[in-house]
Amino acid sequence: MGNGTSIGRVRGLGSAHNGAHHWLLQRFTAIGNLLLTVWFAVSLLLLPDLGYATVVKWISAPLPATAIALLVISTFWHAKLGMQVVIEDYVHDHANKFACIVALNFAVIAGAGFGLLCIVRLALGGAA
Amino acid sequence: MANRPLSPHLQIWRWGPAMFVSILHRVTGNGLAVVGLATLLCWLAALAGGPEAYAKFSAMAGSWYGLVVLVGLSWAFFTHLMSGLRHFVLDVGAGYELTINKVWSVLAPIFAILLTAAFWAALKLF
Repeated sequence: MGNGTSIGRVRGLGSAHNGAHHWLLQRFTAIGNLLLTVWFAVSLLLLPDLGYATVVKWISAPLPATAIALLVISTFWHAKLGMQVVIEDYVHDHANKFACIVALNFAVIAGAGFGLLCIVRLALGGAA
Repeated sequence: MANRPLSPHLQIWRWGPAMFVSILHRVTGNGLAVVGLATLLCWLAALAGGPEAYAKFSAMAGSWYGLVVLVGLSWAFFTHLMSGLRHFVLDVGAGYELTINKVWSVLAPIFAILLTAAFWAALKLF
């Protein structure tokens, strides 16, 4: 990679000076995922059945709706951070790497946005 | 891009449990990110879409191929969870001694399989 020359910095080679932030966010979201997904799995097991009426009644209450919304944010964020590292490891060509990371960001934000909208619709009774 | 030598990749190393659980962590993480999150969105969309949409989702989830996907996802979830907990221990600088590192590398995926079995047993029995 870059050896610290000016042209190397222009080309984006060498240290980006923000790896620790990425690493920490990966851990913060991992802890968030740990709490929220375990809560989610236990909640599914505790529901009397997984029929439409039961699940909607449960998920549209304020606390479960908030927790599911946070779960969507935490998991999509964590997935974005993790897949970004895989792309950076295996896609070496600069243009392809940039394109992959743009696509990843678009997919993650679109997916999380759609999930949150579905939850808001359920929580505010639009689907009832 | 200059054709510079890369560091030695998978084929050069002797296989060990730590290498296996590390690869498993990446594979299950990416599987969950793509298939898991897509399934979560389908489920939320079906709920938001109303009883008919949810009935379609339930029918697919209950079919043999739906169950293959869901059991696979739950296995990937528990595997990523267990190897993720292993990473938390390694992050604080513990668990690098050869023997203990090997023990947890072997146990993490085994715990994951047991948890997957326990989850489906609890779901189907109660």
